[in-house]
Amino acid sequence: MAILITEKTRVIVQGMSGRIGQFHAQDMIKHGTNVVGGVTPGRGGETLLGLPLFNTVREAVEATGAEASLVFVPPPFAADAIMEAADAGIKTAVCVTDGIPSQDMMKVKRFLKRYPADRKLRLIGPNCAGIISPGRGFMGIMPPHIYMPGRVGIVGRSGTLGYEAASQMKALGIGVSTSVGIGGDPINGSSFRDILELFEADPETDAMMMIGEIGGPQEAEAAIYARDHMKKPVVAYIAGLSAPKGRKMGHAGAIISAFGESAQEKVEILSAAGITIAPNPSAMGETMASVLTRRAAA
Amino acid sequence: MDIHEYQAKEILARFGVPVPRGGLAYSPEQAGYRARELGGNAWVVKAQIHSGGRGAAGGVKLCKSEAEVQSFAATLFGKQLVTKQTDANGKGVYRLWVEGASDIAKEMYLGFVLDRKSERIMIVASAHGGMEIEDLAHEDPDSLQRMTIDPAVGLSEFQARELAFKLGLKGGQIAQMVTILKACYRAYRDLDAVMVEINPLVITGAGDLVALDAKMSFDTNALFRRPEIAELRDRSQEDPRESAAGDYGLAYVGLDGDIGCIINGAGLAMATMDMIKLAGGEPANFLDIGGGASPERVVRAFRTVLADRNVSVILVNIFAGINRCDWVAEGVVQAYREVGMTIPVVVRLAGTNVEEGKRILSQSGLPLITADTLAEAAEKAVATRLKSAA
Repeated sequence: MAILITEKTRVIVQGMSGRIGQFHAQDMIKHGTNVVGGVTPGRGGETLLGLPLFNTVREAVEATGAEASLVFVPPPFAADAIMEAADAGIKTAVCVTDGIPSQDMMKVKRFLKRYPADRKLRLIGPNCAGIISPGRGFMGIMPPHIYMPGRVGIVGRSGTLGYEAASQMKALGIGVSTSVGIGGDPINGSSFRDILELFEADPETDAMMMIGEIGGPQEAEAAIYARDHMKKPVVAYIAGLSAPKGRKMGHAGAIISAFGESAQEKVEILSAAGITIAPNPSAMGETMASVLTRRAAA
Repeated sequence: MDIHEYQAKEILARFGVPVPRGGLAYSPEQAGYRARELGGNAWVVKAQIHSGGRGAAGGVKLCKSEAEVQSFAATLFGKQLVTKQTDANGKGVYRLWVEGASDIAKEMYLGFVLDRKSERIMIVASAHGGMEIEDLAHEDPDSLQRMTIDPAVGLSEFQARELAFKLGLKGGQIAQMVTILKACYRAYRDLDAVMVEINPLVITGAGDLVALDAKMSFDTNALFRRPEIAELRDRSQEDPRESAAGDYGLAYVGLDGDIGCIINGAGLAMATMDMIKLAGGEPANFLDIGGGASPERVVRAFRTVLADRNVSVILVNIFAGINRCDWVAEGVVQAYREVGMTIPVVVRLAGTNVEEGKRILSQSGLPLITADTLAEAAEKAVATRLKSAA
């Protein structure tokens, strides 16, 4: 059933009345996403895009049975919006917002731990492109037409590199079950490992494309998980092989700080765990194609 | 965002960290006056730049007379100080900190950082400070004490005590260390820091703990709620091209090659740079135009890249999601006309409104080189550069 979102998932948009929130909500609806309402404090009772607006996430959940929320809220208020979604019983929140203070995210992560597993919020992002199950629905800012429905899962930090992977695969006739952008911030809701775990359990996904970059411990953690617990093949590309050591390259997260965090070290750790490496960003599609061919032959 | 040592010391002192008495000087004469004002017979004169490694680079000196303070200060003012943490241009010295010399019995290290693994603030401490913490971490990782702090509870007294004992402190030093740890933690938390470092944290001859040096760095995403910190920004310590680009919402990092890059998304930007290297070229810069880029921002990106005289070809690589290819194309055409382009431009557009974007480029009649894929774009940029170099 793909992961995280299908055509059935009932989605609300926090911050839907904003210019950007409205634009993307419209696009989501146009592409078949089951958007059931929006939340903007103070505008409850109004209608927007033919959908009801609510003052609080709790009201939206009670009235619509929403299970997922797209958070399109400016940085100073985004952490609060995520915690509101968690408290109202939302199961999946995708936060696109770029520029949330890192201590706010520390608080969010700590807050999410207070809920038992069966009603715990799964956060994707922040600072991410969102999630899409092509042909079924999406939550985020990606251009949906570049994805072809299929059976490969994509998980990546960078939004635009995820688009690149999807379009290279589409050119080779390889489709996507779900693509997940986990975001470029130092503290994010879901890690590579978290998403690989979902894909591994998804009967509609046969293989995974993982797109990492310099900085942070999450690629190494995913490598160990893949080695010990996964049967499906993983192809990985790590951006930043040419990045000069010790310089900050735009993403707050992409700072080389400890062993295992440079692109070269990550490539070595992933290969040692049996993951196939796409040697360059133009080879993501063809590397996946050869892995799938080998698997079909076996 | 980084601040100067003296500013970090002022902030930490406010939270309860003991620091030596000192004064700020904007001229050699003022440095001499500060020494007299402080009294004593030995002073340390320290160049205030946003970088570590100042001592080894000749930016710090122990002086034994007012005249020596003044003459050493005269050699520093206006100088570009190159340390192993700066680039080859170094950083300009426009402020000096003069403080009374301390009687040092032992040097320790204390740092507070954001640990991405535990997603908490982590204390890193060592009984052996003064030298580069990176070297120490590499050569003797076990000598480093690490401790993470639960954001819901904060730094507990018992944790602070435990750390103090592990560092081999005794008697009254334990209470002093607990005070320092809690002060640093509160400063970090209350001011949205991303790094607090005291290196060295010294034990004086009298057995007291004093922060002899201090560094603080702040979360730029949180400056909206920390106006008192935002005010401490010192543009003289920034790369002028990077800060000018930042004013227009562009993330720019200058590099050594000659292929100028204009890209959306940090990941795609890094990947494009990797691809250029693989094709045999060298990127001149990292530049992320960000999301929702207007034609004006694209023009600004061209100006930023072209300010680097080494650039011999420009590669534009846009995979639009929240961006729009038509806006980017308009920006490319506008930039080409406005800046009087004399070097080749390779453009690769994909994603949102791509057909419209391509139409704008082809109808412009400009000699733009277009590419459909990332590999093609990088190869064309490298080939064009070789041709123009020949």
